[in-house]
Amino acid sequence: MTSYRLDSGGLVNRSYALTFSFDGKSFKGLDGDTVASALLANDQMLMGRSFKYHRPRGPVTAGSSEPNALVTIGSGARNEPNVRATVAELYAGLTAVSQNRWPSLSFDMGSVNSLLSPLLGAGFYYKTFMWPAKFWEWVYEPVIRRAAGLGKMVMEADPDRYEKSWAHCDLLVVGAGPAGLMAALTAARSGVRVILADEGFRFGGSLLSENLNIGGVSAADYATGLIAELASLPNVTLMPRTTVFGWYDDMVFGAVERVQKHVASPSPDLAVERLWRIVAKRAILASGAEERPLVFGGNDKPGVMTAGAVRTYLNRYSVAVGSKVAVFTNGGSGYRTAADLAARGVEIAAIVDARAASEDVVPAGVRVIRNGAVVATKGRKRIDGLVVERAGFQEEISCDALAMAGGWSPIVHLMCQRGQKPVWSEEKQAFMAPDVGSAFVAAGSAAGTDTVSAALRDGAAKASAFARDLGFAAYEANIPDVEGEYDASFAPLWYVPGAKDKAFVDFQNDVHVSDLGIAQREAFRHIEHTKRYTTAGMATDQGKLGNVNTIGIVAGMRGVSPAEIGTTTFRPFYTPVSFGALAGASRGEHAAPTRTSPLHGWAKKNGATFVEAGLWYRSSWFPKEGEKTWRDSVDREVRNVRENAGLCDVSTLGKIEIFGANAGEFLDRIYSNGFLKLPVGKARYGLMLREDGMVFDDGTTSRLGPNHYVLTTTTAYATEVMTHLEFASQTLWPDLDVCFTSVSDQWAQMSLAGPKARAIMSRIVEDDISDAAFPFLAARTVTLRGGLAARLFRISFSGELAYELAVPAGYGEAVADAIMEAGREDGICAYGVEALNVLRVEKGFVTHSEIDGRATADDLGYGKMMGMNKPDFIGKHLSTRFGLTAADRLQLVGLKPIEADKEFKAGAHLLKENAAPSMASDQGFVSSVCYSPTLGHYIGLAMLKSGRERIGERIIVWDGLRNSEVPAEVCAPVFVDPGNTKLNV
Amino acid sequence: MRYSAFSILKQALSGNRLWTPAWREPEPKPHYDVIIVGGGGHGLSTAYYLAKEFGITNVAVIEKGYIGSGNVGRNTTIIRSNYMLEGNNPFYELSLKLWEGLEQDFNYNAMVSQRGVLNLFHSDGQRDQYARRGNAMRIEGVDAELLDREQVRRLAPYLNFDHGRFPIMGGLLQKRGGTVRHDAVAWGYARGADQRGVDIIQHCEVTGIRRENGVVTGVETTKGFIGCNKLALAAAGNTTTVGRMADLQLPIETHVLQAFVSEGLKPVIDQVITYGAGHFYISQSDKGGLVFGADIDYYSSYAQRGNLATVEHTMQEGVTMIPGLSRAKVLRAWGGVMDMSMDGSPIIDRTSIDNLYLNCGWCYGGFKATPASGFCFAHLIAKNETHRVSRFMRLDRFERGYALDESGKGPQPNLH
Amino acid sequence: MASLISCPHCGTRPKEEFSIRGAVVARPQPGAKEDAWYRYVFIRDNPKGRYQEYWHHAAGCRRFLVVDRDNLTHEVFAVTDATEFAKNAEVAR
Repeated sequence: MTSYRLDSGGLVNRSYALTFSFDGKSFKGLDGDTVASALLANDQMLMGRSFKYHRPRGPVTAGSSEPNALVTIGSGARNEPNVRATVAELYAGLTAVSQNRWPSLSFDMGSVNSLLSPLLGAGFYYKTFMWPAKFWEWVYEPVIRRAAGLGKMVMEADPDRYEKSWAHCDLLVVGAGPAGLMAALTAARSGVRVILADEGFRFGGSLLSENLNIGGVSAADYATGLIAELASLPNVTLMPRTTVFGWYDDMVFGAVERVQKHVASPSPDLAVERLWRIVAKRAILASGAEERPLVFGGNDKPGVMTAGAVRTYLNRYSVAVGSKVAVFTNGGSGYRTAADLAARGVEIAAIVDARAASEDVVPAGVRVIRNGAVVATKGRKRIDGLVVERAGFQEEISCDALAMAGGWSPIVHLMCQRGQKPVWSEEKQAFMAPDVGSAFVAAGSAAGTDTVSAALRDGAAKASAFARDLGFAAYEANIPDVEGEYDASFAPLWYVPGAKDKAFVDFQNDVHVSDLGIAQREAFRHIEHTKRYTTAGMATDQGKLGNVNTIGIVAGMRGVSPAEIGTTTFRPFYTPVSFGALAGASRGEHAAPTRTSPLHGWAKKNGATFVEAGLWYRSSWFPKEGEKTWRDSVDREVRNVRENAGLCDVSTLGKIEIFGANAGEFLDRIYSNGFLKLPVGKARYGLMLREDGMVFDDGTTSRLGPNHYVLTTTTAYATEVMTHLEFASQTLWPDLDVCFTSVSDQWAQMSLAGPKARAIMSRIVEDDISDAAFPFLAARTVTLRGGLAARLFRISFSGELAYELAVPAGYGEAVADAIMEAGREDGICAYGVEALNVLRVEKGFVTHSEIDGRATADDLGYGKMMGMNKPDFIGKHLSTRFGLTAADRLQLVGLKPIEADKEFKAGAHLLKENAAPSMASDQGFVSSVCYSPTLGHYIGLAMLKSGRERIGERIIVWDGLRNSEVPAEVCAPVFVDPGNTKLNV
Repeated sequence: MRYSAFSILKQALSGNRLWTPAWREPEPKPHYDVIIVGGGGHGLSTAYYLAKEFGITNVAVIEKGYIGSGNVGRNTTIIRSNYMLEGNNPFYELSLKLWEGLEQDFNYNAMVSQRGVLNLFHSDGQRDQYARRGNAMRIEGVDAELLDREQVRRLAPYLNFDHGRFPIMGGLLQKRGGTVRHDAVAWGYARGADQRGVDIIQHCEVTGIRRENGVVTGVETTKGFIGCNKLALAAAGNTTTVGRMADLQLPIETHVLQAFVSEGLKPVIDQVITYGAGHFYISQSDKGGLVFGADIDYYSSYAQRGNLATVEHTMQEGVTMIPGLSRAKVLRAWGGVMDMSMDGSPIIDRTSIDNLYLNCGWCYGGFKATPASGFCFAHLIAKNETHRVSRFMRLDRFERGYALDESGKGPQPNLH
Repeated sequence: MASLISCPHCGTRPKEEFSIRGAVVARPQPGAKEDAWYRYVFIRDNPKGRYQEYWHHAAGCRRFLVVDRDNLTHEVFAVTDATEFAKNAEVAR
């Protein structure tokens, strides 16, 4: 009872043995093996456990549709669960472990589920675990969750690199079997730019598995010749180990290339996986066909596999899957497998043919049981015999492997990902690729050809047609004779009735025929319902192996054609793709770009602590020696600005330079308040609305010349405002003569604020900046001492005498240094965004904490800025709607605690005194809070229902989330210098 | 057939051969008291509550495909009531309460799993916003907790605390939030409605709405004309198309949202977790698949499939939030068409036509609303009177200036 | 459409470079009644089929484009600069 490596043959390198481990045990394989072929060569048939019943399982395929032989490869942070052993390329030092078993693969406690299986039919979850009511979450679900899943993740950061690329070609050929190779070569010889991609690590597809003679050489050697010629052509890109997983709009294909998944220690200089977006003018799907398992009792025992898989293990890997192999077939594939095995000296137990007769060649001395069916299998962890029924008589046959041939299903997945469904062919007894237009066709067995020679011809013909179509002179391919082909046709046999053991259609999810029956009886008749109710087709192979059988069986139960049942929906991904490959390099610290201000260096050398603000890093405060908390620093900075002066980096504000004869008119329509009459040399605070009347953003805009303005935005909305202006200019008012560009990154901008600001600024600027010469809201180009032209704005976000100075970005740090130096004797300090925030809250200026997308100008106390006499501005026309002018809207107010030592926080809500908490009694919320060093207690800005009428009212600042209720007094939102006496000096 | 421990055992002993259909497959009657267009979660729950709560059983649910073929069968299965606005929060809280009693109510295990929904925040400003939202919940008696970074770490140590572009500062946790087995919701409601006499008519497409003297008299369908006293639309992404048959012009735009599931993995993610420095949400199903999603594809689309750029973006956010996902493999991506409203909130209301009722605008948050949506819609249809908790979800709120703009993004549907 | 857009200024570019604004709806004249503004801002035809939508080439020329396409099949019929589109619409009116 063994599977074993034959002494010769195959496409493995016998001089290059590879040591690897499986479940801790050491094995030897050969270069060219997959993990599965190497394990089989070592007589390790048992490779996994099924999902629900934990039945012992071995590989059923030799390809990417494998549902059973899933293992975890690698260790530590390189641990990768659910790798299909049937396609995993073997390398020295590979460590694999089996999954979904406890305590071990051969003794798995979970297999007790099998005994309970009569209770666990399709849909059983939905009908049970409901009593008592609370037990689902407490008892049942935790138990089910523990049993769920396949492989284990380690949840550590991935040490490897991933990358992405685009590729462009005239023709993409998916699959490098006979049709794909010949298609690629035919097109390439015409001069077409070709990309040939194949999921395997060796090109050739079925040519590597079939025992044929093509043009006088073996199929594998013939493939080698084709590949060599392709490799020699400059217009061909060969992409082995590359799975084309998705077909997207505009002939864009998603593909993942496994660059270094077959090495023990990936080079850090290369990605382990590379995502390709392949843009193709034309594409040929040459993905081959999938052999269908037969559905009979016990068809899941280790040792039962498709006939094609048995041939692949034999011819490609030189592994006999058993020493006495039985065959159960409904077509020629079973006979071919028997013949190939017999030729290599493997005993054939019998060929059980479901058909009454066939022309297939029977190997000498092999018994054929026609009109027969396998009704049961023997053995537990490995098949050791069959029960065959023929004409009502049963017979036991001993064997240690069973090859099953259930017919072929073209692999049409990619062509069905964009809404088209495959089409049932009575003639082929299979679902065929739909017509998806003239740019993408199937070729070879993916298009239903039965033989290798037909596949070669089909690939060549379809490539020639595309070449002509693309304007190339078509090349007529020379297709050599193929000797030794077999007849791949088959007679449908959907399942063998009367089985005592389960007859599986979906191996991994343990869905068997009677589950399909339950679904039909319970009205889950639509194939999508059947799938979702039974989970057939929802395993990691997404029904590649079993779906057609499911459809055929359901059709049989309903007495209709499979055409009437139809398929479920094909969706990406053809085979599973790692998060890593799809994410590429944009992860972790590189998830988003990092922006630093031109004054970043200045802030850094002044000791700033930085904080993320969108993509920016902004200086948040500047700790000095002896300061224990951030509050110590911020309080000092605020006091210093109010008493002396401070310098703050405001470069992150959006800055947009606007020119044009109609620039003023444009701004007048963009802002709610008037801009037509803004004099040259003046700045004005402006409010932008959305078209629905809500405030969008605010900032100052200055007129530097008759047709020249510079507009500022908040840091957060710089991009949105730019886009907004572009939209308005390009689509709403293209007739206005205006042009503008973002200059946010071109200027370093700093705010110098405090009573001593003018004295300090005078030492920097040559121009007269006395209050008379440069009053509040003045905005002009000035000359700095030393000759640098700069822009000076007398605007204030702190209520203090203040200037904003903008200089070309490269000069920013030098100018900031100069200001600090000039202000040293006046006690200047650097201050950050935290102090900036305190200063603005003290003055009641709003930010996006208040402009939250739900506030009108009037809500924020800016009702007078609504230029309703203007014929038009964005947001005007819907601003008078009932709900936007209602008396009970939330309005901006100030809050101060009744007891001065009490603290409250932003995000708290407001309640009337003695009111029970509820949404109906909710009066508003606290938008901004700070400790005011100027006043010596906490202050807040809040949005309060009818707030402006309620100045002086006592209110409860309710913060149930943080267990706090603080009585506060509603006040005007300006806490410091309400008369602006400090501003106008 | 009532499901019980006994029924399961009895069936097991008889080879599971005696299960009866979960619902009938009737031919349409000539006339119904109420016709509901759309056999998705909302349409089916509406039928269920009409029958169960309001005694109206002469009802048909008309579905052009199979029941549950829309978004109820194609979402990330999340339930929660962590809403901020008065127009939304009590409604979603009713929904959560109905979820909590659902299985006993309709005798079907939809696997309601209150494993918690955790929204991460990454800045002071975002913390304040979540605090505002959390307090809005608490003030209404809804559970919410504000967690700091260390509390988040205890719940989900695998998050990227140290090497993310945007640090995790904490999170807003609603413990009663969680997940539900989505398909089972449609099936449970369908079965419950059917048992109470509702006709569920699948594979029947509405092709026209017949009106006489300004009121609806019935619908033209691919199975012929079916009369009704009241017509209720619950057609999600196809709302505009159906509404147009009655000349409704709606504040709705149809968009595609993708969602994803990974291969089955042993349990590692115990809650629903959302990423605040982007837009990504993930949980792990009882079967072991990671179920997750991110933004919509941004362009209007009726195609139930998405684009690769959005797929890549989703995975970037996922790996950024949870670095350990990198070597897990994504099994399947799917796309659903969403009825995006102009303020991100739904509409449950009468229309300008007296006996035509409208339920739409669920954007991509409709799944969690399924019970309350059906309950309130049934209430409206049965009593011709709006349920208290859906009273703000009016069709005329845009015209009157009462948008329910939870995100503050304004009237651009693809931003909600 | 969903993967590649032929920008009239920059050539064929991937979707990632664009941000999508929404339906192309003509803004009413300033004197229009409130109802016209309400419809402009809130009501959408939302057809299933041919549809015109503003795409902003945010990571390219920063022009707004009118993408004329089918939102069921995702076929693109035309991509026009929005200003040109507006001027053509003006002429047509």
